[in-house]
Amino acid sequence: MRLAPHWRVRAQRLQLRGEVCQCCGERLFPPRDVCPACHQPADKPFAFCGEGTVYSFSTVYEAPKGYERFGPYTIALVRLKEGPLVTAQLTDIDPADVRIGLPVEMVTRVLREEGEDGMVIYGYKFRPVLEREAAREEARA
Amino acid sequence: MRDVSIIGIGQIEVGEHWDVSLRDLGARALLAALADAGIDRPDALYVGNMLSGTLGSQEQLATLIADWSGLRGIEALKVEAACASGAAALRVGVMAVAGGTHDIVAVLGVEKMTDMDGEEATAALMTAADAEYEGIHGTSFISLNALLMRRYMEEMGVPQEAFAGFPINAHANAVNNPNAMFRQALSRDTYTRAPMIADPINLFDSAPICDGAAAVILCPADRAREFSSRPVRIAASAVATDSVALHDRRDPLFLSAVHASASKAYRQAGIGPEEIDLFELHDAFSIIAALSLEACGFAPRGQGTRLAADGEIGPRGRMPICTMGGLKARGHPVGATGIYQVVEATLQLRGLAGANQVPGARWAMTQNIGGVGGTAITHILEGQG
Repeated sequence: MRLAPHWRVRAQRLQLRGEVCQCCGERLFPPRDVCPACHQPADKPFAFCGEGTVYSFSTVYEAPKGYERFGPYTIALVRLKEGPLVTAQLTDIDPADVRIGLPVEMVTRVLREEGEDGMVIYGYKFRPVLEREAAREEARA
Repeated sequence: MRDVSIIGIGQIEVGEHWDVSLRDLGARALLAALADAGIDRPDALYVGNMLSGTLGSQEQLATLIADWSGLRGIEALKVEAACASGAAALRVGVMAVAGGTHDIVAVLGVEKMTDMDGEEATAALMTAADAEYEGIHGTSFISLNALLMRRYMEEMGVPQEAFAGFPINAHANAVNNPNAMFRQALSRDTYTRAPMIADPINLFDSAPICDGAAAVILCPADRAREFSSRPVRIAASAVATDSVALHDRRDPLFLSAVHASASKAYRQAGIGPEEIDLFELHDAFSIIAALSLEACGFAPRGQGTRLAADGEIGPRGRMPICTMGGLKARGHPVGATGIYQVVEATLQLRGLAGANQVPGARWAMTQNIGGVGGTAITHILEGQG
């Protein structure tokens, strides 16, 4: 059973915690010791707001082991408001309704289950920004 | 630095070899290449392989294959760079000969993917991606490529049918390659009606899971004619890297490692893309064929599929690619693929490519990619008559 690898990244998985490079200002997700943009040390934590838009997506019909109960699901590259792209599942949406540019927000969900006696691993997924879209439509009407 | 030449080649038919083990596949290709060069015992053996540990519970692979080939005692090491492991092993072999460490070096690419079921093989391929930030989300290697293809279609305004030319060319060429896995032609109609495996990637946009092994023998160029009447000089050998994860790239539609390794290779060979007579590119997915043509200077950004649509990529076209079937139709036994490409390019430069011979071929480029462009390894070969 893998324990430490999931525990170690709990801030990234549950809070979308990354870093900001104090040298060039690049926002980094996931965090890393060296900024890939300016190659200076990166060490200041930065919490992303969790909002973004779909950059690209693909629906998985034959889910890999450990993900069967979620299938079919849509994998997306999400462009976070602060800049970086992240890979994540979309949730609370019919795969047929996904499109590039769709506004989405982060939620915490079960990522995978490792059998009866194994771990349940939680982390970020993204869902459509339902409430705000509804509010905007109301404002227009 | 010494110039390095290829003096022997060997390959096993790509396919599902349920009756042949990993070690025997490797030994057979290696012995065929040694026989082709007329060499009994090389100074060293470098083995490109990605999945022997994951799918075969077998490491120390190079040592095992050296022993099984009657070479117990020689220097033997495995080299890994995901799907680019084959070319990575060649790169190590080239450095060993060029730098004067060894004179006669054998390089083998070998992969056995069919000892486990498809689900295990698919999961194993995903180890080429970022496990903590891509794999954990239930991403498969195919879906990563699908993310690229979807974005490309949207941003460049290219429809899915525009990619048909790549697998059609690959299958047409594989018909004449006795070592290819899929030796049947593919029609445009069949491509259009194929089921999606990870929308927008359909069944024919993706290379198959299979077994294979191929090998080459290297020596200093000034000794090549002792062993071969038609040696091939390695004019360039260049590796470049990018982020492993797609999401860590500023512009995912520009394969920067592919561009960098090709640029370095052109400089080393002293030629440009216009002089390349054939290009064995890494068509693991149709989208990668298009992006590779763009990143290597054969097509402007967003125009990679145009070459395929205009019929320019056939053996007698302006820019022949995948001349013996490519990854799509010869097959893609991942760690072996980079060596198959070089073996096929050598056949072309020796004038022995049969019905798929590129007329007057002098310069061939091969390019092997690890992951979704994380590692790119480009070799340029020149026929020596």
